Amino acid sequence: MNWIQQNWQSVFPLAAAHVLLAGVPLILGLLLAIPLGWAARRWRRAYPVIVSTSGLLYTIPSLALFILMPLILGTRILDPINVVVAMTVYTVALLVRTVADGLGSVPDHVQQAATAMGYGPLRRFLTVELPLAVPVITAGLRVAAVSNVSIVSVASLVGVSQLGDLLIDGYNRNIPGELWLGIGACLLLALIFDVVITSAGRLLTPWTRVAA
Amino acid sequence: MIRFDRVTKQFPDGTTAVDELDLTAPTGQITVLVGPSGCGKTTSLRMVNRMIEPTSGAIFLDGADVADLKAAELRRGMGYVIQHAGLFPHKTIVDNIGTVPGLLGWSRAKTRERSMELLERVGLDPALANRYPSQLSGGQQQRVGVARALAADPPVMLMDEPFSAVDPVVRDQLQDEFLRLQAELGKTIVFVTHDIDEAIKLGDQVAVLRVGGRLAQVATPEYLLTHPADDFVADFVGRDRGYRALSFQSAPRLPLHQERTVVLGETPDEAREWVLVVSERREPLGWVEPARLTAPVGEADLQRGGTVARSEGSLRAALDAALSSPSRRGVIVDDVGELIGTVRAHEVLAAIEDADRPEVDPAQARGVEPSRDRRAAR
Repeated sequence: MNWIQQNWQSVFPLAAAHVLLAGVPLILGLLLAIPLGWAARRWRRAYPVIVSTSGLLYTIPSLALFILMPLILGTRILDPINVVVAMTVYTVALLVRTVADGLGSVPDHVQQAATAMGYGPLRRFLTVELPLAVPVITAGLRVAAVSNVSIVSVASLVGVSQLGDLLIDGYNRNIPGELWLGIGACLLLALIFDVVITSAGRLLTPWTRVAA
Repeated sequence: MIRFDRVTKQFPDGTTAVDELDLTAPTGQITVLVGPSGCGKTTSLRMVNRMIEPTSGAIFLDGADVADLKAAELRRGMGYVIQHAGLFPHKTIVDNIGTVPGLLGWSRAKTRERSMELLERVGLDPALANRYPSQLSGGQQQRVGVARALAADPPVMLMDEPFSAVDPVVRDQLQDEFLRLQAELGKTIVFVTHDIDEAIKLGDQVAVLRVGGRLAQVATPEYLLTHPADDFVADFVGRDRGYRALSFQSAPRLPLHQERTVVLGETPDEAREWVLVVSERREPLGWVEPARLTAPVGEADLQRGGTVARSEGSLRAALDAALSSPSRRGVIVDDVGELIGTVRAHEVLAAIEDADRPEVDPAQARGVEPSRDRRAAR
């Protein structure tokens, strides 16, 4: 515990990097998953292909993906972009099904009413279907956020710094305090992500909280 | 005017939903499509605003083929009401109503003003404006659905079983208000229902469809009840069609009898027979049996089972007043609800025997304005 007292400031730059490496892919992944999820709903035959292919991406071991990224992207091995892209892949893998199912949760009669009122397809998607899918998408986003916060720590093995450094260093040098700090900081970050996403979801869906 | 010209719809699985439909929905009138499930009534409706495209044939809106019009623009010019209202759960009531004006690019202020006006027009409390649909009852949601369809003042309304999902009492209210609204607005309405009673109550013209999407008969409700074209239509309009047809026959001058009355709060003269209780303004309130009274007539003593018919009303109302009255004497009132006399069932029946059955086939006499008294008679 002595170690924590002397080194606790070191957690801040690492945590900031962790937030970026886990958070930016969350946003990028959501932006990619929305059109993919829409396509999966739009063309019924595409649904199993899109959803299972994207789901399979999640089974690629993170370490392998981090190492493969420079080969695929042509980036340098230590470039944090590698981690951002890899984490985006994982986020998409988790969110495509969520977005597709969220859009599927919009009641049929509401969609038909929107069409009959004279909404064009894009406008209907952006102002009716997507807003109504927010509760389901929020739930998926929470899972993806926790998963990202956890997986991104592996990036320390390919030399991209974040809270994972504390875990690896603590393990290598047998410093329990450093391990605990790393774990505690990861947990706290995951919790903060969760609170932010939940609050944003609540702000976007005032209609779900009215007394019926 | 909406005209179906040999419209056929076959679905990819080979079923024929609509088969060579020829039908005209006249401007300013309510055309009801009615039939059992699978008769293609909803499919027919949805071909009007191009939610479904016909396999062959064409639909004309005031002479223009709807297939030549842009779908989204066509739809913004047609109000659309569906069974569960189909309100947007994430929008407030006022925003739901303002949907089409919003799509048409009206200013926010104008849209809101129009929405508030409609909210009151369909009989809703303006305080509901900022609620969400889930906070409203089914009947209230349905009213919002109607308001939303009316928002941009479209000349055409398409209504797909709009009142089917609410309880019978509320449905009755909604139907009455719908007729009142239509009397003011005069929209061209195509209305789909599976309920023949609703069709007869609301339609200026009723089109009965049979399974497979074939038109069985188009006629005024009155003509349909008295001259069903075949067994299918006769069966579909139901057993008591003779009685229901009386709704459309206004009562001739019936022999009215003076009735002994007592004002509420007074004591009737000694009498064995039923006595009619009236208010100070001679509005009938109910019947009492003086023999059973121990004190002046109070509210609790009244037998209120009898219906009241207006002297200008229908034969059905007059007969029902006689049949439902505890004294067997049907109470007849004038336009302002004041008692003018009573009538007996056999006298109404005699009037029915003298009355002519309607002989005009509306297919030949197209465009006959529905008379206001006919509506009032219901």
